[in-house]
Amino acid sequence: MKITADSPPVLTALDRPNSYIGRAVPRPNLARLTQGRGQYVSDIVLPRMVHVAFVRSPHAHARIVGIAADAAKKAPGVIAVVTGAELAKVMTPWIGVLTHLKGLKSAPQAPIAVERACWQGEAVCAVVARTRAQAEDACELVEISYEELPAVTDAETALDAATPVIHAGLGDNLCFERKLDAGDVDKAFAESDAVVEATFRTGRHTGVTNEARSIVADWNASEQRLTVYQGTQAPHMTQDIFAKHLGLATHQVRVLTKDVGGSFGVKVHIYADEMATAALSKLLKRPVKFVADRLESFVTDIHARDHRIKAKIGVKRDGTITAFEIDDLTGIGPYSVYPRTSGIEANQVVNLVGSPYTCPNYRAQTHVVFQNKNVMCQYRGVGHPIAVAVTEGLVELAAAKIGMDPLELRRRNLMPDDGYPTQSASGLKLEKLSHHEALAHLDSMMNYAGLRAEQATLRKEGIYRGIGFASFIEVTNPSAAFYGVGGARISSQDGATVKLDAQGMISIHSGVTEQGQGTEAVLAQCVASSFGVPLERVRVVIGDTDNTPYGGGTWASRAAGIGGEAAWQAGKALRQNVLAVAASILQAKPEDLDINNGIVVDKASGNERLPLDELARIAYFRPDTLPPGFQAELMATRHYVPRGWPFAFTNGIQASYLEVDTDTGFVKLLKHWCVEDCGTIINPQLVNEQIRGGVVQGLGAALYEECLYDERGQMLNGTMADYLVPMAVEMPDIECGHAVSPTADSELGAKGAGEAGTAGAPATVMNAINDALRPLGAAPLTDMPFTPDKILRALGKV
Amino acid sequence: MTQHMIDISLTVNGEPVDEQVEARTTLVDFLREDLALTGSHVGCEHGVCGACTVRVNGAIVRGCLMLAAQCDGATVETIEGLSDSGEVADLQAAFEQRNALQCGFCTPGMIATAQELLARAKVNKTMPSRDEIREHISGNYCRCTGYHAIVDAVEAVAKQRAGEQQ
Repeated sequence: MKITADSPPVLTALDRPNSYIGRAVPRPNLARLTQGRGQYVSDIVLPRMVHVAFVRSPHAHARIVGIAADAAKKAPGVIAVVTGAELAKVMTPWIGVLTHLKGLKSAPQAPIAVERACWQGEAVCAVVARTRAQAEDACELVEISYEELPAVTDAETALDAATPVIHAGLGDNLCFERKLDAGDVDKAFAESDAVVEATFRTGRHTGVTNEARSIVADWNASEQRLTVYQGTQAPHMTQDIFAKHLGLATHQVRVLTKDVGGSFGVKVHIYADEMATAALSKLLKRPVKFVADRLESFVTDIHARDHRIKAKIGVKRDGTITAFEIDDLTGIGPYSVYPRTSGIEANQVVNLVGSPYTCPNYRAQTHVVFQNKNVMCQYRGVGHPIAVAVTEGLVELAAAKIGMDPLELRRRNLMPDDGYPTQSASGLKLEKLSHHEALAHLDSMMNYAGLRAEQATLRKEGIYRGIGFASFIEVTNPSAAFYGVGGARISSQDGATVKLDAQGMISIHSGVTEQGQGTEAVLAQCVASSFGVPLERVRVVIGDTDNTPYGGGTWASRAAGIGGEAAWQAGKALRQNVLAVAASILQAKPEDLDINNGIVVDKASGNERLPLDELARIAYFRPDTLPPGFQAELMATRHYVPRGWPFAFTNGIQASYLEVDTDTGFVKLLKHWCVEDCGTIINPQLVNEQIRGGVVQGLGAALYEECLYDERGQMLNGTMADYLVPMAVEMPDIECGHAVSPTADSELGAKGAGEAGTAGAPATVMNAINDALRPLGAAPLTDMPFTPDKILRALGKV
Repeated sequence: MTQHMIDISLTVNGEPVDEQVEARTTLVDFLREDLALTGSHVGCEHGVCGACTVRVNGAIVRGCLMLAAQCDGATVETIEGLSDSGEVADLQAAFEQRNALQCGFCTPGMIATAQELLARAKVNKTMPSRDEIREHISGNYCRCTGYHAIVDAVEAVAKQRAGEQQ
């Protein structure tokens, strides 16, 4: 069998002899997962372990009048029934605010609701039993009396004087607001030849990780230590938070993260039920396991993207974009999520609208309001899919209005490739982007002219196909500017420790984590290359706060760019240490030696001088033979944090080709393309698979996914039978291409690649549907997801 | 609460198993909790995601929609058994080589499902198209890959097996 990489390796200046940078090597340890031998938290069983199930509020907003637990306490297998008031004695509440989002406010949140439940699905009582089934049985016997309170569900009226205030102490239902005014927007609109206005909606949706959120918390009273097995993206962050709210020192908490069944941003937040599980373990002095079931996941995993954006673009006849203006509104549930807050998504929308273009005139405002629905917070692409849908939707509506080809209009407005460094109208600092190179690559890759001809031919036969584009930029490699400056104890730096063992093998311990992205492969590739060993000699250790350098974990497309650079530097540092040992053994100068393919060689001739296993044998077992005073140091640690730029922005462009059935309203996705620039490509196959997976997540948002609520705050489609996700048969093949603009902030030059697919895909589908239906005079569709029902309405057929 | 316990005898991955199960225990819970075969995963527990796909008497089923009690006398094969026998070794290698998995949670079910298609194709002496592969695996949810790489891997093995037959 031969499977070849679908894009050629990109050579870089990082090519040492036998470099793995730019090579599509398979990930290590994958056989563990293909053979079903992974260890997900849901698989973990510990001695004396018990299971918790939660009684959850059936109301969106209700006062808890009383909890009668006697029958539940007597049920078979039940160990304890614990209320919010009881758990509050073990764990302190938290407030999800950050100081750099000025004015952002939220209310204290407890692990289990005390006195009041604020959304349908909030945990009101915990039942702990020997088995999960027994715990669920006993949940049925807990009688809770509620006094239902008015539910705030419509974001549009959340700030009205007549609307009840959810948290009286906050004064109103406003979580956060921001205004921005750059250039001279009024003058620019006045001087425009055409102005297009539209209201965009991006439906509230959720991550639907295949493995639900899972945790096993084990408080060992004899050691005064809490060990938490958690499916999280950020073990050091959750270690810090468990310690803080349980009144422990961080060294009393160990967080272990093995295999994680999908994350996408869902598993980087603090969840009340997971906090409750840790508190219950402390209370009961034994391991407690919680695995959310799918119905719980739908009403407790963070939701995201529920925005209404009134938007406006001005354009001149020659295609010059004169101004962008947006008014954004989003309802984020009853609490700002801890510790990253629920203000970041709206903040990103404000930052990112118009950002690929030179247009200097931009006015924006956003209002983030509380409501009695499940919480919203950062999910893959954070704000990007929304901002890109608005920007690119406006751009294509403007192009149609002035009769210009949508790619041509972009060519006339995208920031020039030789114009960096620069900044966006909103003030984002951009080091080096490649919009025009990416656009040209996409144009030829998809045979745009040929597709337009095919589209025209088929229209004559009554077949309506559409082509839609989206240019975008994406935040990656965040510095402390993202969270740290706002007071969050979330590490933007990351570390790597590399050591040579007594057989000449390498292990790397890193603070970044793996949820399937290929982090372990990237770390191994970086160290194997910078140190100089075959990949199979490198072993990666991650996901253990006791045994890895302090770090942020994997989110905001930071693992390769930040964790990879730390690993690269640690490998280099160890090479210097090893060459010092080799030089003392060989009576040579370290600078005349190198390590290639696991063997110390003469740098100039490449002649082999000393195998690493022999070097390690001498250093570990016969150090007496080394020169007096010489100490071998066969372990090295390096850390890295971006300092030159707040973020390493990437860029790209996507295109969708699809067919709309004008009788049924169904959309058939035919093909998708993405050209992306994530700087140095460490592993082209892994980058492409991040793009493809991200694209499909965005396609789901465009066509299927929406958490539907009624006016009383009841989620109506919280099952996988009702909440539709993309399955294989609906999805197209996705072709990937690349431009390469390395960041100069690191030696590796790698930027992140994890979210670009999701950022651009929804906009391409929206634009392609509108492109398909334009000849039929359909009103532009701007309300995601684009269900058959909405398409038929736009066509005036229903 | 009345406990309805049922005795069952079955073959799991070639080994005889005699157990007593609660009537309500699903097959996947029985495999995971009673037999510690954690390669079969629980994703939705309502028959949509396919993470719990296993083979019962030669046909793939959802382990969450079948009760353990229904498996009395049955032959059950999980990813552990399929791996040990080598039956899906080529599929596993292709998934690894092509990165047709990310988090890996769907992978055991996906491989069992793909193996059914390929086995059928072998019997019928047909070559599944990409569209047919997509159709066949559409009861198995993968949030990570976007499916393209999975289709590539299954297609590559289909061609490889057809080549071996000639």
